[in-house]
Amino acid sequence: MTADPTSPLAAWTDRLAALAPALTVAERPFRAQLTVRVSDPSAIEAMGSALGVAFPPVPCTFTSGSGPFGDLEVLWLGPDEFLVVASPGLQVPIEDALRAARGSARGSVVDTSAQRTTVVLEGAHVRDVLAHGCSVDLHPSSAPVGTCVQTLLARTGIILQVTGEDRFAVLVRSSFAGYLAAWLSDACMEYRT
Amino acid sequence: MQLIPCPWCGPREEAEFHYGGQAHVAYPEDPSALTDEEWAQYVFFRENPSGPFAERWSHSAGCRRWFNAVRDTRTHDLLAVYRVGEPMPELGEKDQVAS
Ligand SMILES: [Zn+2]
Repeated sequence: MTADPTSPLAAWTDRLAALAPALTVAERPFRAQLTVRVSDPSAIEAMGSALGVAFPPVPCTFTSGSGPFGDLEVLWLGPDEFLVVASPGLQVPIEDALRAARGSARGSVVDTSAQRTTVVLEGAHVRDVLAHGCSVDLHPSSAPVGTCVQTLLARTGIILQVTGEDRFAVLVRSSFAGYLAAWLSDACMEYRT
Repeated sequence: MQLIPCPWCGPREEAEFHYGGQAHVAYPEDPSALTDEEWAQYVFFRENPSGPFAERWSHSAGCRRWFNAVRDTRTHDLLAVYRVGEPMPELGEKDQVAS
């Protein structure tokens, strides 16, 4: 018998919801996350087939789709490094499937689900708010939907995904999530009416 | 703040990077054959040019990859960046790396 898990931003749910309509902020906790290190092109292709979602061929992008493990995303983190993100609870079967698809190619598949939580940000001011602490150019012409970068937001290491026209996902380490939530609340101040 | 162009991620803020010293310092072919003085030369002695200098940088807050860059130490201009394993790009005549 184990205790019910508490998400890193559980204590922030109401305060983040109160930022609307300046910014819609919601945590998506406990998502399955697997860090994949592999460089062999045929292994990368086989892993994509096993998930039903091809791995992103272009740096600083992500792919998404649906397959045997439901909706999932594959994020480019480096030239031989990817993060597979899926619904909560699926990390073990996905890890098994990726290991099997890797075959004898050199690489690793590691369950890192507890490492980060996801914060979804949406609203007309989302770029303005992020620009208070992020130096990456987030204009749609240089960061279109499908962009995925690792960078700093208010000096905190994050993975930033552009998931919609005015919608971003921020993956932040669990121990930094509270700080980031506090910073977001502050950065939203001037957009609240 | 200066932008540094990562060969994988493109231009990023300097704060995302770590400096790794002079590039292309080859590990000795036969380390045990080196005298103490030669070993000290390999471990501690580095060029200190006034001008273009080939250096290692790590995009530690981004893709976490090491790469090489030629930086003019007088102006802090990055004249070229290139991935590990790639040869140093040709530079213009006035930007030759001092040796
Ligand atoms: Zn990079």
